[in-house]
Amino acid sequence: MRASLFITCYNDTLYPETGRAVVRLLERLGVELDFNSKQTCCGQMHANTGFRAEAFSQAKRLVRLYQDTETIVVPSSSCVAMIRDQYPTLIHELGNAELQSQFTALLPRIYELSEFLIDKLGVDDVGAYFPHRVTYHASCHGVRALHLGQRPFRLLGKVRGLRYLELPNIDRCCGFGGTFSVKNAEVSSAMLAVKLQDVVATGAEYCTALDNSCLMHLGGAMHRQYAGMKTIHMAQILASTETSPVEVTA
Amino acid sequence: MSPAAEEHAILDPALAKPFPQAVLPVLRNPQLRKNVAHAIDVIQGKRAKLVAEKADWQELRTAAAAIRSHALDNLGFYLEQFEARCTVAGGHVHWAADAAEARQIILDLLRQEGASEVIKIKTMTSAEIQLNPFLEASGVRTYETDLAEIILQLGDQEPSHIVVPALHINRAQVREIFARKMGLENLSDDPKELTNAARTYLRRKFLDVPTAISGANFLIAESGGVAVVESEGNGRMCLTLPKTMITLAGIEKVLPRFQDLEVMLQLLARSATGERMNPYTSLWTGVAPGDGPQNFHVVLLDNGRSSILARPTHRQTLKCIRCAACMNTCPVYRQTGGHAYGSVYPGPIGAILTPQLAEMHHAQSLPFASSLCGACYEVCPVKINIPEVLLELRSEVVNQERKQVGRIFDPMYLGLRMANVLFSKAWIFHTAQWFGRIGLRFFTGKDGWIHWLPSVGGKWTQTRDLRGLPSQTFHGWWASRPKEGK
Repeated sequence: MRASLFITCYNDTLYPETGRAVVRLLERLGVELDFNSKQTCCGQMHANTGFRAEAFSQAKRLVRLYQDTETIVVPSSSCVAMIRDQYPTLIHELGNAELQSQFTALLPRIYELSEFLIDKLGVDDVGAYFPHRVTYHASCHGVRALHLGQRPFRLLGKVRGLRYLELPNIDRCCGFGGTFSVKNAEVSSAMLAVKLQDVVATGAEYCTALDNSCLMHLGGAMHRQYAGMKTIHMAQILASTETSPVEVTA
Repeated sequence: MSPAAEEHAILDPALAKPFPQAVLPVLRNPQLRKNVAHAIDVIQGKRAKLVAEKADWQELRTAAAAIRSHALDNLGFYLEQFEARCTVAGGHVHWAADAAEARQIILDLLRQEGASEVIKIKTMTSAEIQLNPFLEASGVRTYETDLAEIILQLGDQEPSHIVVPALHINRAQVREIFARKMGLENLSDDPKELTNAARTYLRRKFLDVPTAISGANFLIAESGGVAVVESEGNGRMCLTLPKTMITLAGIEKVLPRFQDLEVMLQLLARSATGERMNPYTSLWTGVAPGDGPQNFHVVLLDNGRSSILARPTHRQTLKCIRCAACMNTCPVYRQTGGHAYGSVYPGPIGAILTPQLAEMHHAQSLPFASSLCGACYEVCPVKINIPEVLLELRSEVVNQERKQVGRIFDPMYLGLRMANVLFSKAWIFHTAQWFGRIGLRFFTGKDGWIHWLPSVGGKWTQTRDLRGLPSQTFHGWWASRPKEGK
């Protein structure tokens, strides 16, 4: 199996350990992984903030960049949702027939990480070992845009040593919302406070998700409040084994 | 008492503060936030239970969305059909292009009747056109008959929700308002006593005032009938006792067939109040001699709706049946309540409807009052893709704003424009990452985290830390991997 990794701009910049974990995990599962060094961003930030002209150029760029790629794995549910839910309208509006057909061909080849593992590779037991108490935040895009359903739970359920603690109001937004977190910082923070109460009350050591943007938000508040717990992308949990535990980060 | 002293919410989008500023008094009011969160959690809990017991919920949503879309796609036809059938049945149909025209039509009708008082069934459309202040100023006393609306009217407050307009007020606050306004000093905050007080107050109005104003949940094109659903029976009283009934309805409220109610009513009560069926569903068609009001008028209000209808992505906004499930599930509304939206239509539906309605073009901050979490779309019984419309409106706002000279130095605009350049070529992006890493080092503490940032970044760091940028990017790591290791 060959696949190409679209790491996303903020994972590349802010969370390279997530990317390294995806590489370790997928190579362990026998995937021949490739990385197109020309990649940058999917345009989600621009599109969600109303900068459609800019989003057009990111969308065009991404579709052209990956037109010859067989399978693309993305360890970020919101970026996949951007491509699946917003690209069709953007590309349609651009009215370029060639781009349109390239996109139509590309769309079914794009997988969010848990989709790739469960649907494409057909595994839920990835041989991971992570002896910690973990709760899972089902990010908005993961639940309502990608409909990931049981996939994340199946993956976590097969991790040896992991004790899963259920998060109340699991699908309630953490308040990040991209530029919403600064344009409406006060409301965003109020939403975050409510979310963090639920997360901390689980008594978990780690809060995981399939999207580092929610985790950046939650983790930022945890650190500010000395919450005594950390965030970790699910790729890092799944990459962790008994002989080679997860990378410890800041 | 504090509730009376609470600052008066401004629900005029032309005058209201932008959302980010309007939320501040709310966020500093723990009692209000507690009232809102408690109330919507209760409603949402009930809704979730009842939705779960409907095996065909998704099919019902699909059917309802199709019915509403069909009605809107053929709105001209169905409105004319409604007008014709309603007229045949003895009703009078009036067309109002905007709020001012609707107010004048209603006032003229009341003057014809010689009415100095009018009783009202809860109608958000009348709040949209600011009917009560207009009538009061023209010498017509208005009496709300819905319990929540009475609380607001007596308490001189504005609605904060479209189904439960006094949601932000708790029992103790209701007691205070009633005691003060009805002169009942010994009133307790027992719900029974409170409703009794309202009932006594209302009964006189029902018996004395011969003219009523209602809204409409639905207009039925094939019969020319009107449907109103409610919980308290005040609507039924207003629909039977008065001599004259004036119904104000947005033009989008029309359903093609009577049978369509079968789908709508199943969805509406469950979505709105978490009930299998609302206690009172009133349907009437024109005038029935010897039974109910003998003068019946329908005022059909456009007020910007045709321009919404004319735009393909925006059109779905008009599918709304005003159930408020979107605001009950919205994590933003849960924190802010309704007043911060500066409109009679708050929450997610308000965030898309308000900026599109006539006279409401100042509501430019509302499309941004959402984290785009998608919960509203998921619960919407008529499948309005609210996030999609929000994005559409956001891009319209940005397209207007970006032409303004002042925006050149707006950090948000500057940042996003620069980001576009950075993302256009990998080498520029990688260079920017390098500069960013160096730049952020000045702000990164010994613990490897950033606790303070200037400008827009400060909006982040006011409540959140940010981990300092790692010394190596992912693509840098990938490039440095030994090739045989692959």
